[in-house]
Amino acid sequence: MTALTIVLNILSIGIPFSVSLLLASLGEMFNQRAGIFNLGCEGIMSMGAFLGFMCAYSLQNTAMTPYANLMGVLVAGVAGTLLGLLFALVTVTFHAPQGIAGIGLQMLGTGAAGTLFRHFVGGVTGIPGLPNCPIPLLSKVPFIGPVLFNMNILAYLAFLFVPLSSYILFKTPWGLKVRAVGTSPRSADTMAISVQRTRYQALAVGGLFAGIAGAYLSLGQAKMFADDIVAGRGFIAVALVYFGGWDPYRILGGSLLFSIAQSLQLSIQVLGIKFPYEFAVMLPYVLVIVVLAFTRSAVVKGPAELGIPYDREKRI
Amino acid sequence: MGPTRPTREKIKELRVEGITKRFPGIVACDSVDLTIGENEILALVGENGAGKTTLMNILMGLYQPDVGKIFINGRPVQFKGPADAFAAGIGMVHQHFMLVPNMTVAENVALGLKESHTHLRLDLSGVKKRIAEISERYKLPVQPDAYVWQLSVGEQQRVELIKTLCFGARFLILDEPTSALTPQETDDLIVLLRRMASDMSIIFISHKLAEVTALSDKVAILRRGRVVFKGTTAGQTAAGLATLMTGHEVVLPRNEGVDGCGEERLVVQDLCVKSDRGFLALDGVGFSVRSGEILGLAGVSGNGQKELAEALAGLRRVEKGRVSLMGRDLTNRSPREIIDAGLGYIPEDRTNEGIVSSFSIKENLILKDFASPKFSHGIFIKSQEEARNAASLQERFDIRCSSLNSAAGSLSGGNIQKVILARELAREPKALIAVYPTRGLDMGAEEFIHTRLLELRAKGVAIFLISEELDELMNLCDRIAVIFKGKILDILAGREATRPALGLLMAGIRPEAADRAAEPGEKA
Ligand SMILES: Nc1ncnc2c1ncn2[C@@H]1O[C@H](COP(=O)(O)OP(=O)(O)O)[C@@H](O)[C@H]1O
Ligand SMILES: [Mg+2]
Repeated sequence: MTALTIVLNILSIGIPFSVSLLLASLGEMFNQRAGIFNLGCEGIMSMGAFLGFMCAYSLQNTAMTPYANLMGVLVAGVAGTLLGLLFALVTVTFHAPQGIAGIGLQMLGTGAAGTLFRHFVGGVTGIPGLPNCPIPLLSKVPFIGPVLFNMNILAYLAFLFVPLSSYILFKTPWGLKVRAVGTSPRSADTMAISVQRTRYQALAVGGLFAGIAGAYLSLGQAKMFADDIVAGRGFIAVALVYFGGWDPYRILGGSLLFSIAQSLQLSIQVLGIKFPYEFAVMLPYVLVIVVLAFTRSAVVKGPAELGIPYDREKRI
Repeated sequence: MGPTRPTREKIKELRVEGITKRFPGIVACDSVDLTIGENEILALVGENGAGKTTLMNILMGLYQPDVGKIFINGRPVQFKGPADAFAAGIGMVHQHFMLVPNMTVAENVALGLKESHTHLRLDLSGVKKRIAEISERYKLPVQPDAYVWQLSVGEQQRVELIKTLCFGARFLILDEPTSALTPQETDDLIVLLRRMASDMSIIFISHKLAEVTALSDKVAILRRGRVVFKGTTAGQTAAGLATLMTGHEVVLPRNEGVDGCGEERLVVQDLCVKSDRGFLALDGVGFSVRSGEILGLAGVSGNGQKELAEALAGLRRVEKGRVSLMGRDLTNRSPREIIDAGLGYIPEDRTNEGIVSSFSIKENLILKDFASPKFSHGIFIKSQEEARNAASLQERFDIRCSSLNSAAGSLSGGNIQKVILARELAREPKALIAVYPTRGLDMGAEEFIHTRLLELRAKGVAIFLISEELDELMNLCDRIAVIFKGKILDILAGREATRPALGLLMAGIRPEAADRAAEPGEKA
């Protein structure tokens, strides 16, 4: 094996790995831009992964078979949106502390997904999942073609969401409101922007993205469901939002960096390179911590009132 | 007839009737009745915490009154939120600017301008056109593409005004618009408001009674939530208004003592300090403050005052030069060492730097001493001692609050300042640095703080007072230094300082050395 094939191999595993992280962290970015951090992302992803799988699994060999994956993604998205709204009810309307509420949602989602899976399915069961759709011509380009243009449809969409999210955040009226309620809710309120409504909307969008991110894991990546399928990606997604300074492109960079490091550490093990595997497994996480420690915090850019509930008649 | 939805008709008369608003432990507005007619300027004055902001927030629909009604042209209206107030043509420039710092000026205006939200893409060019129109009509220059955090306070104020006008306000509320402005900016604003009164009605809140008499047609005075005076401004004097406002005659104390005669306490030599943006904010500043002396620092804010205060308090690195207190070198020492050496500090930004706003008043009062044996047994705080300390300071410094356990951030500005003053003075400092100590405070609070500073002077403390208010400096100081672009241009004896002389120096114009007396202990 030449060095080039090794590198291409690492990339062709690493890039699809990044999709679920990317989707989840773009969603979390909308939450945080509106001033709410949702640690429950992990739980929403679990539910999304389970419901996506469940849908595709139960529609197998029925008249709906051609739509099984589509239905799976839709159901996961709807469930994610509803969980996002539940989180909004708890934190925005009832002012619950966001960290605790998030951990609650994480446990609820992960626990419910596992329990329902054991109840309805039981053991490890594979599904066909999302097929790869090579893009004509482009996928034939030597070297990069198979790496970049031979993924499933959800992966392409996820990468398209990066410029789209940036447009929504910086060019649309809704994005303007989201940024305002996260940075200075009182100012937004005095300008007749409903802080509560905007935060609900942002959390719904965040939930939608997290749900789909979960469905990607079960339908697109693993093509099965297991209790620990999300494996901390929801928390990594939250970290990546800080890492990316609440900016979609930098979040994309973070997701890629993390996933490629992950794929690199797998290759290190597979290739039998003499390197303690415990350290190899740590590599992606250490990398994120190191980069986080060295990136200047984007104070002026970020949502200044992140994590603080807003009450019009309260002074502080 | 029930309340009607607001309409865009012209506001010929706005009337509030029997407005009462309670907050936990306090009645902020107590059956307030007021009427403002077309093209009228009503000045609303009152001490800090009198309920002015609360009343205005009710007019904007931000707070709901517990009792009372608002009438426009005789018809009752109900404002559920600022959207309703905007629809009726009322706009407000808030005491604390309501701008999103990490967005541009145009984006800030767009936020409230619903017409720009109709398409998928935000219509920023339409917003900019609107800003240009308003800025042209009222001669208020702004840069629509600048980020708000890049703007000075005066510029932000302008953005606030433009924003409110862009929303179509024909009834303008200005809550302490001049508190944070330089004297020049204030004069410009007054001229502008007078011009604007020809096509709108204005409610103007200010502590500076000279502004009130210069600008308004009618004046209303609030004291502890109640209207204690309503009438025309003509014939009122600043002193008379001050008496009505506080309930007693206000006489700002003057420094009548002989010039500072003690030993040099706080000595600053050739100080160079960088600003946040990396250039030299202080370039070779030197002075000394003696025991029992108040040295004032005059200057337009932004000429290095902030950096100087922070360098003295150990909050900013000194690049070159030396600071010493009672002969002890304190250059680049930690704030802890500087505090322990006996330097008291009243910071410029009282809510963010002077107190921890989510801590109780009691806790804030021992913030600098919680680890000392007086207040702790090593790991536990002596809570009885803490409470006793707070109770005695509350009495000595007249801190008005519903409870000493409530969050310090919920106090009015004047009371926050009293908490800081109490904490600093209780520590019996050798020297005190006071940065704009009365900015934004009412006359009662100003009198209180001036009196305390003079008492401290009499006890032999060296006081370094940074201020923009020439009256304050001339009343209190033994000597006045003038800072311009990071350099001390001159140090005048307090009794010789005149407004024109200080004004020229503050503008950076140095008169020939002829008309000044040489200062003892002063560095050339
Ligand atoms: N949101 C609030 N929560 C609790 N107390 C408040 C609130 N707003 C104002 N107050 C209290 O109401 C009183 C009036 O405050 P305010 O209207 O801000 O006074 P002013 O503007 O005249 O200085 C003060 O005692 C203040 O502490
Ligand atoms: Mg006020």
